[in-house]
Amino acid sequence: MQTQSQSRTRTLSQAARQDRPDTGRYVEQVMGMPISLALRGRHVRDAEAQAAWSRVVTELRWVNLVFSTWNPCSVISRYGRGELSLEQCPPEVAEVIALGERAEMESEGAFSINRSGVFDPTGVVKGWAVERAARHLDALAATNFCLSAGGDLLCHSRTGDADPWLIGIEDPADPGRIIARVPLYSGAVATSGTAHRGEHLTDARTGASPTGLRSVSVICPSLTWADIDATAAYALGPEAAAAWLTDRGRAFFIVYADGATQTR
Amino acid sequence: MTPMNRIVLWLLSTITVMVLLFGYHTSTSGPAQVLAAQESTPISGSTAEGSTATGSAASSGSSDTSTDTNSTAAAATTVQGDSVDTEWGPVQVQITVASGEITAVKMLDYPYESRKDQEINARALPILIQETLDQQSADIDMVSGATVTSDGYRESLQSALDQAGL
Repeated sequence: MQTQSQSRTRTLSQAARQDRPDTGRYVEQVMGMPISLALRGRHVRDAEAQAAWSRVVTELRWVNLVFSTWNPCSVISRYGRGELSLEQCPPEVAEVIALGERAEMESEGAFSINRSGVFDPTGVVKGWAVERAARHLDALAATNFCLSAGGDLLCHSRTGDADPWLIGIEDPADPGRIIARVPLYSGAVATSGTAHRGEHLTDARTGASPTGLRSVSVICPSLTWADIDATAAYALGPEAAAAWLTDRGRAFFIVYADGATQTR
Repeated sequence: MTPMNRIVLWLLSTITVMVLLFGYHTSTSGPAQVLAAQESTPISGSTAEGSTATGSAASSGSSDTSTDTNSTAAAATTVQGDSVDTEWGPVQVQITVASGEITAVKMLDYPYESRKDQEINARALPILIQETLDQQSADIDMVSGATVTSDGYRESLQSALDQAGL
């Protein structure tokens, strides 16, 4: 059965490799991370495609100005210090805070935008911001897109004859390799792990970095929630992550510390 | 049961049906009887979906289990499974068999948002792959992984994809 499974996977991948459609690629560094866009269909490299991409980048730069916790002058930093009331902030701040509170409640506190009394909505902002900015790409008629922010991505296919976007999930033990692939027409994939940034993911209840998990990838329609759920599941730890995601009806791919993988 | 496991089980049940058909072909002698069997006998697979499969091509393949891949005399046989409504939408698979071995698997139908809602398609199936990087890089469009910072981007797989412009 193992052999059959492998040969079948290989055959599928070979079929997919043929006739790769023309793809326009765009990259900008925003919010300290690469924002990558792939376009297929009617608007790939023309002026409309470039204008839509420009609007995406501009919006993400604005989000960064408002929500950067690294910048002491940002709206969110001033709000965190109590210098601005919620009413004085752009309405997006309240939106993000509401998302963070909902995520904290639904993750039984493992995810939080208030860690040890420090207000930090970063864990909510990325997925939310990219999903929001992607509406500029929705305006491109007969065009399919895949938009990634540092490894969390959203794709949308509207042309009936399109191939699915093939999303590679990186091997957390060797980030130059792909450990799984997700064919996806429309939806989001977000991955949480410590492969690139060190031990920055912690369980908000204990402040401890979970051990036993290398990475958690979540596939769901919304990038906002794929991002939040991947982070929360990672924080919940190896015993609880899979069951929690299953309860939420999410598709996922988990790599445990011993290299074992689990998918649903 | 994971979605992938279900798909695999469903595939295997399709393969089982195919093998049954070939077995029938060998134990009788006329293609007419084989076709009759294909048309009249929806054979339930082992999955909860109760999948069935029908042959769509005249069965000229062989059920010979030898692994003689050099034999080009044995014509390839293509069998289509029925389109099955899974929880992610319709799935239909076509399998090509030559010399008793599966030589190609083709997805004829796959959940797509214009047919079902987006929720279903987004419940995509992560497929575990173990191939070398060279083989893989041409075969993915984007990479999902732990957050890549701008500093680390240049060495990342996503960077290679972006530059390749594929």
